[in-house]
Amino acid sequence: MSEKPPVTDFATDFDHTDPAWVADPYPIWQDLRERCPVAHTDRYGGAWFPATHAGVTTIAKDTENFTSRAVIMEEGRPGEEALPAPIGVAPPITSDPPFHQLARKVILPAFAPGVINPLEPKIREVCRALLERFGGDEEVNASWDYARLIPPTVIREMLGFPEEDTERFIEIVHMITESVDNPEEQRIAEFEPIEAYFVQQMEDHMANPRDDLTSYLLNVEIDGQKLAPEHVFGTIVLILVAGIDTTWGAVGASLWHLAHHPEDLARLVNEPDLMPVAVEEFLRFYAPVTMARLVKEDMEYLGCPMKEYDWILLGFPAANRDPVVFKDADQFIIDRAENRHVAFGLGIHRCIGSNLARLELRVAIEEFIARYPKFELADPTAVTWAPGQIRGPRQLALRILS
Amino acid sequence: MRVVIDGELCQGQGRCFSMAPDIFGFDDLGNGVVLGDGTLGPETLDLARLAQANCPEHAIFIEDDE
Repeated sequence: MSEKPPVTDFATDFDHTDPAWVADPYPIWQDLRERCPVAHTDRYGGAWFPATHAGVTTIAKDTENFTSRAVIMEEGRPGEEALPAPIGVAPPITSDPPFHQLARKVILPAFAPGVINPLEPKIREVCRALLERFGGDEEVNASWDYARLIPPTVIREMLGFPEEDTERFIEIVHMITESVDNPEEQRIAEFEPIEAYFVQQMEDHMANPRDDLTSYLLNVEIDGQKLAPEHVFGTIVLILVAGIDTTWGAVGASLWHLAHHPEDLARLVNEPDLMPVAVEEFLRFYAPVTMARLVKEDMEYLGCPMKEYDWILLGFPAANRDPVVFKDADQFIIDRAENRHVAFGLGIHRCIGSNLARLELRVAIEEFIARYPKFELADPTAVTWAPGQIRGPRQLALRILS
Repeated sequence: MRVVIDGELCQGQGRCFSMAPDIFGFDDLGNGVVLGDGTLGPETLDLARLAQANCPEHAIFIEDDE
């Protein structure tokens, strides 16, 4: 990543890749809520960041004034040509109404609870197999060697890509997710072999249809028409990118929390019935996902002079820490009963994989603490956090205690 | 008392049917639905209120009987 000047004031010059934000964004957001609830930056060609629950909610639900055609904030101000409408490169996350609803209805059934809940034994098996690989190790990297590897294995199977490709598949996913900070030319070059792999998988599914998500997408119809190949391709890329780093981040952050909050770890070990409520608090407190929108046209909005194609950085994690909505918002309360968190977004773009993510998060924690009822951070200063819009620990060395 | 879900507001966040599966279910798209006619007794009212307080979309309503 090229060197950027350090941020001096997050209210007027914010950057979500600044080391201070990456390391600990929560005090920054609290400060913004108190003195400048919608921050601005000239970086990225101009962007706004609402730090309050109300601001995030208002924009998330306003598809009249904001478009989802680009949801990852990048350098420069995207022009009309860079933004294929109305489908977008990865439908439905990059789609706007009315096409959005059609594209969403196509894949909602594949991620509905009736389809996802039966995956629980499979997910448990994946988690247990990963834990087995740790053997008798006294120190384990719970992010890199555990949390990171759970979602791709599940998604690969849902898509019906070959089991022997698991390692290659994980590599591909990480080329995509790790490359967001690289220059555009490098990203495009790195994406070529990935694209070739997906096209090859799609062709194989066209020749040999089977009972999986890829075949479903290739054959499903909207108004009697099959989806365009680029639509299917975009949706597969979306499912990968949106389904992997995110859950990895949530599982990793949850284990990081438990590693330095032994009282919470002990409660979960001793009161397994608490898990569903605890999972929602993990999701609130460590929500991994920030999205982006683009301003459709010049306007005064939330008291700000927004310009056409300004970015909006839509911080669901910041909304989740707003004390106006959450009592003791900056405290992790493992049995918090009222928890209207927005970790999965709000409105028509609610995370389509939320049922899967929630299931993976719960099972991943359950299995980890069943095997390791006591653990601590091996070195608190060595924990590193992913930069960008998906937050979570990358390196998380845990010392297993007896 | 009766509980209803506003289908226009519900986005399938899944909180209601996860925490109160005896009161709420889900449809093929994963949106929440009220099981039966939604009548709440003394034993279900508090749980329905808790589900309401956890719905991020504010899509759950508890109404007095007419």
